[in-house]
Amino acid sequence: MGDMVKGNIAVAEAAVRAGIIVYAGYPITPSTEVMEYLSTRMEDLGREFIQAESELAAINMVMGVSACGKRVLTASSGPGISLKQEGISYMAQMEYPAVILNVVRWGNGLGSLDGSQTDYHRETRGGGNGDYRNIILCPSTVQESVDLMYEAFDIAEKYRCIVEVMTDSGLGQMMEPCEYPEFRELTKCDWGLDGTYKVKRGDFLGRNIPGESETYMKKVRAMRENEQRWEMYGEEDAEYIFVAYGMPGRVMSGLVRTMRQQGEKVGILRPITVWPFPEKAFEEMKEKNPNLKGFITVETNGEGQMVDDVALYAKKYGMGTLPVYALPYVCGVPKDDVVAADFAKVKAGEIKEVY
Amino acid sequence: MAKTKKIPNLCNYAMFCAGCGHGVLVRLICECLEELGQEKNVIAAIGVGCSCHLKSGINCDLVQSPHGRAAAVATGIRRAEPDKIVFTYQGDGDAYNIGLAETLNAAYRNENICVFTVNNGNFGMTGGQMAWTTMPGQKTATSPRGRNIELTGIPIKIPELVSYSFKPAYVARGAVTTPAEIKRLKGYIMNAFQAQMNKEGYSLVEVMSTCPTNWGMDPIVAQKRLIEDVIPYYELGEFKKRGE
Ligand SMILES: Cc1ncc(C[n+]2csc(CCOP(=O)(O)OP(=O)(O)O)c2C)c(N)n1
Ligand code: SF4
Repeated sequence: MGDMVKGNIAVAEAAVRAGIIVYAGYPITPSTEVMEYLSTRMEDLGREFIQAESELAAINMVMGVSACGKRVLTASSGPGISLKQEGISYMAQMEYPAVILNVVRWGNGLGSLDGSQTDYHRETRGGGNGDYRNIILCPSTVQESVDLMYEAFDIAEKYRCIVEVMTDSGLGQMMEPCEYPEFRELTKCDWGLDGTYKVKRGDFLGRNIPGESETYMKKVRAMRENEQRWEMYGEEDAEYIFVAYGMPGRVMSGLVRTMRQQGEKVGILRPITVWPFPEKAFEEMKEKNPNLKGFITVETNGEGQMVDDVALYAKKYGMGTLPVYALPYVCGVPKDDVVAADFAKVKAGEIKEVY
Repeated sequence: MAKTKKIPNLCNYAMFCAGCGHGVLVRLICECLEELGQEKNVIAAIGVGCSCHLKSGINCDLVQSPHGRAAAVATGIRRAEPDKIVFTYQGDGDAYNIGLAETLNAAYRNENICVFTVNNGNFGMTGGQMAWTTMPGQKTATSPRGRNIELTGIPIKIPELVSYSFKPAYVARGAVTTPAEIKRLKGYIMNAFQAQMNKEGYSLVEVMSTCPTNWGMDPIVAQKRLIEDVIPYYELGEFKKRGE
């Protein structure tokens, strides 16, 4: 077993080992430790660390590095991620890959420092202008944060897209034993700009917009087909399936096991990617389990956001008549006994379904 | 006998309006890069505006930056590729209005890049709206009664600000007016690139230019206005010489 490491430091080191050549960012709690750590770590390795004047500048620096086909990271939270949306949209259009770490904090505007899942809709739908998609990876342990961050760069380069690793304050602050992967060699993608103008720009007078869109959507379909990730347990005989990711996902993975020992017929679907949403898991449930009575999302936001996706995919795979409930706990980490009590209320009909 | 200069290979057809100052600047940048032997070693970050025409106007690697952010994009390119020539090409609206923060912060850091800005006193691409460089009383699409400097500020002078407040490598303001000025401007551009090649740091060359289309003037009258009404306010010359 590896050493005890704090979540934020662990993901930062994972990115270093994945071969980032530049980090650019602007401080914001609860992500700041990432850049504090990298300020000396990058320098010691002879790589570049930039404290940018804003998140807006940082994402544009990321764009410059990425255009050169090199690996780069930025990290932020809440309003900082809002400022990055302009650059994210441009990078999606130009097919410049990059990895972004979003250590989510609660709330609108300045919000608060509490961990939460209030940014689900924005992250899964894309917050900038346009018709693009980002792959969103949601770890629920420090080790998983490291593994996903390390792999995120390969995925980003494979599709030439943005991959976001979405954690939250809780996971960023938590200390757990973790093993680091090997150092990757620093690479440059063959399409990266190198000053020789080897990749010629096309004619922009006769742009074919439907054609451009279709080319992009082909990629989106491939991402959706190949990149869904999830963990599922108890789905073959459960009456109720909990759906939860990140910190609530971690809580529910444990609680479902305890509840099953106590005779409750429950299961858990823990999405690891929230875009693409693991719809294949719904297909499996439908095939395996004719006795399902409903879905319950456990989320840390005000009314449930992921609950919308659960309802949509339940419908898509022929389970549209089943009720879909949300147990939203706003922020922090849901407590076992509170969730168990609320589950009893769901069964007793005291909590109404959302869909 | 007058010699005809060979058009640099880096130059391609650009879609600027007739009599626009942009085209001369692009040509000068291309000439300098070729004379320095850097034509296959250069990555640009271009702004949004008539600068977008560089996508067809120059045969070199470039990144279309979001409006105003070219200096930040160029910073990323610089850090990823320490041995390439990196420059931005931006309008005044791009660099000094929406991108003021990115422009000043790159200068402040003394980032080893060259920034070329075209000061034509308005937003050309979008139809001649007021820019921070618009002259007092000047009529534009968003100041049809003439710019009111009480309400909107006085025309901005970024080269002066950057050279007096920060520690950049080289700062100058030139103009695409007479052959003599154009020749001087070429010297400024050369200095900017050479400063970068010697890793001296940030350089800024602002270029006073015409926008006949949005000024509603024919090119000759536009030149006359630039020389007589605008350049007296925007002093030409080197504000920060190399090694000073
Ligand atoms: C975020 C954003 N806001 C506004 C625009 C619209 N826009 C395009 S070019 C431009 C002004 C460009 O003016 P300037 O930088 O002076 O360049 P010029 O066209 O005069 O060379 C504006 C406002 C945009 N593309 N993006
Ligand atoms: S609109 Fe003005 S700046 Fe743009 S190309 Fe035409 S003359 Fe030049």
